[in-house]
Amino acid sequence: MSVLGRSELDRLLDAIRRRGFRLIGPVLEDGAICYGDISSAADLPAGWTDEQDAATYRLRRRDDQALFGYNVGPQSWKKYLFPATARLGAPAGPDGSERFAFIGVRACELRAIAIQDRVFTGGRHADPGYAANREGAFIVAVNCGQAASTCFCTSMSAGPRAERGFDLALTELLDAGGHRFLIEAGTPRGAEVLAEAGASPAPTGDVTAADAIIERTTAAMGRSMPELDLRDLLYDNLEHPRWDDVAERCLACGNCTMVCPTCFCFSVEEVTDLAGTDAEQQRSWDSCFTLDHSYLHGGPVRTSSKSRYRQWMTHKLATWHDQFGTSGCVGCGRCITWCPVGIDITEEVAAIAADA
Amino acid sequence: MRTLADVAAGRPWTESPPWRVTASRPESRDTVTLELEPPEPFSFQPGQFNMLRVPGIGEVPISISGDPSAAGAVLHTIRDVGAVTHALCESRPGHQIGVRGPYGTSWPVQAAEGGDVVIVAGGIGLPPLRPAIYHVLAHRESFGRLVLLYGARTPSDLLFTSELGTWRSRFDLTVEVTVDTAGRDWHGNVGVVPDLIGRAAFDPGKSVAFTVGPEIMMRFAVRALLAAGVPEDRVFLSMERDMQCAAALCGHCQLGPFLVCRDGPVFCYRPLARWLGVREL
Amino acid sequence: MPQTLEHVLRGHEFFAGLDPEYFALIAGCARNVVFGDGTFLFREGDPAQTFYLVREGAVGLEITAPGRVLTVQTIGAGEMVGFSWLMGPHRWQFDGRAVGRVHAIEMDGACLRAKCDADPRLGYDLMQRFANLATRRLQATRLQILDVYGHAHTG
Repeated sequence: MSVLGRSELDRLLDAIRRRGFRLIGPVLEDGAICYGDISSAADLPAGWTDEQDAATYRLRRRDDQALFGYNVGPQSWKKYLFPATARLGAPAGPDGSERFAFIGVRACELRAIAIQDRVFTGGRHADPGYAANREGAFIVAVNCGQAASTCFCTSMSAGPRAERGFDLALTELLDAGGHRFLIEAGTPRGAEVLAEAGASPAPTGDVTAADAIIERTTAAMGRSMPELDLRDLLYDNLEHPRWDDVAERCLACGNCTMVCPTCFCFSVEEVTDLAGTDAEQQRSWDSCFTLDHSYLHGGPVRTSSKSRYRQWMTHKLATWHDQFGTSGCVGCGRCITWCPVGIDITEEVAAIAADA
Repeated sequence: MRTLADVAAGRPWTESPPWRVTASRPESRDTVTLELEPPEPFSFQPGQFNMLRVPGIGEVPISISGDPSAAGAVLHTIRDVGAVTHALCESRPGHQIGVRGPYGTSWPVQAAEGGDVVIVAGGIGLPPLRPAIYHVLAHRESFGRLVLLYGARTPSDLLFTSELGTWRSRFDLTVEVTVDTAGRDWHGNVGVVPDLIGRAAFDPGKSVAFTVGPEIMMRFAVRALLAAGVPEDRVFLSMERDMQCAAALCGHCQLGPFLVCRDGPVFCYRPLARWLGVREL
Repeated sequence: MPQTLEHVLRGHEFFAGLDPEYFALIAGCARNVVFGDGTFLFREGDPAQTFYLVREGAVGLEITAPGRVLTVQTIGAGEMVGFSWLMGPHRWQFDGRAVGRVHAIEMDGACLRAKCDADPRLGYDLMQRFANLATRRLQATRLQILDVYGHAHTG
């Protein structure tokens, strides 16, 4: 474990950038904390935090200058790894040589990236576009110092501590000892960058303080997913009356699929130039909430919004296991926060379990 | 050693090299068989499909309907139901079509050896079964009885009629054809395909059954097969869902826990049964 | 005074002409049921051990395919729905859904079969009753598939 002061953080970012990476991190945008290009620590949302609840997201000023004092916003790293529109097969960047460094990846997001890695590169046919974007991406994770009321990563075993899949993992410490970061290297190149940035060995007190923060976050989760075999529960309750209940609230707006860091459905379209001589295939994000998504023989299979909500939830929590070997949910709570009517996936599961 | 399937898996799913149309043959008023010449050696298992692309219009999954052991042009039978299939049905020799594949699971013809093979096809369901028929005929001594039960809406919707006639005249294959409705010119059977099952001669305890057709017809055919005594795990269906990538990436072909492009289109009835009855799955 | 089950059975068209002494007997296999509009009386593939005498409302026989729900027939007040209890594999062949609020008598097939085994005269009457209804339904279905309004008879 090493430690780096707040004023030295830019040395770390510079060391990464010198290796040819494009730095992406949390930035303030349109009243939310989103992901965008950063050049230094000054671009991070220092002193901001978020207040989240079902159908609620507000930014609020903190009384300190913490750089990572918030949870996750409406965007996820799929914005870069699996962009909303792309020429089929092509990676991001003008010549496909872009290499991303993601700064501030939360534990739930590490899990989400691993889940999408399995979908896009772990099967018989890998997706070349995703693979190129993902190749060699430098990941600087951050252990959460707080939990939003919509967070439930602990009950999905996806956090709040970053366990694997990172080059570096930071825990922000802001106390009497000053503003500093406890840093764990997860790869040899992470350790190299750390050394180059001039990090020093962490005092035991800092390690203990960081552990305490993570424990506090663990205990502060706002929600939890019932501890049940969700796959069996949902497979046995495909006709449960609760689906009719949620259908009366669900607008089929698809927000949940856009903000969810693991949703991966895409559609492929032919795009022609004006002369009509050149045609290429473009892929764009699709959502199982659209009528088109299940189109077959002149009509959709899933006509009712009830069937589409059921599809989304059973895919996320149950059929994903059969398709890809894990759950599709990481407990980030984005779907709860960004649902305009506040549908809560943990509440829906509990309601079905209550009288299954 | 890398198989051709490995090679297909190795080529990015995003590429569909152009194949040349060498022949186009109308099968019925809305169905055409296209013969496409692959630019390099190609092989497939009966029941598999290719993705056919018409640049600027789109890409669709089409069953390969020819003989798996034949070299040269690969046969695809297409029904004109939309913009892409219309363009494919309008293609003529010399045109180029983007092709990638083969994809999907195949009819378990090896597992069927030693017993009877019952093939129940409805309408456009016959093309994906024809390769299995060719395979059994090419290895005739490895199988028991071969029974083909085929139905369409009207006589003019029947496919491969001259080939059916040829098969009919063989002694090692039973062919029964039926239509839902017909006029005075039809002197054959009128009635639904599943009803042919109870009258066909085969040993249900030593049979494998393959069925393709509209979903309702397949459900009734499966019921009749099970009622005749064919075990649930010896009945196979070919399912259809919207496919855009065929590579288990785009999420469109989900059928409950299954991805039809990866776990199908050929499915054993037993694991599928509980999902078939769920409305709007 | 609320009607007894026996009384209701006597008045139901399906049992018109049944020897009056049998009503008390078969009432032992009957019970009153009510289904809200849109709810299912039975689902395709479920075990079939009952049949229904519709008193009020109607039952739509439905079958589904991807993207479609097709109603093949509606059975209304005074009619009977359910043949699958009579023969193997004793599974409903269609979905049965209430159109409007449905009041019906649910008849227990196993119970009735036992009474028929004990009294073949009752059995013969019921078989005739079911055979007649099945024949009428068959004629109607044949007429339905002729698609007389469309382009049938294409050769």
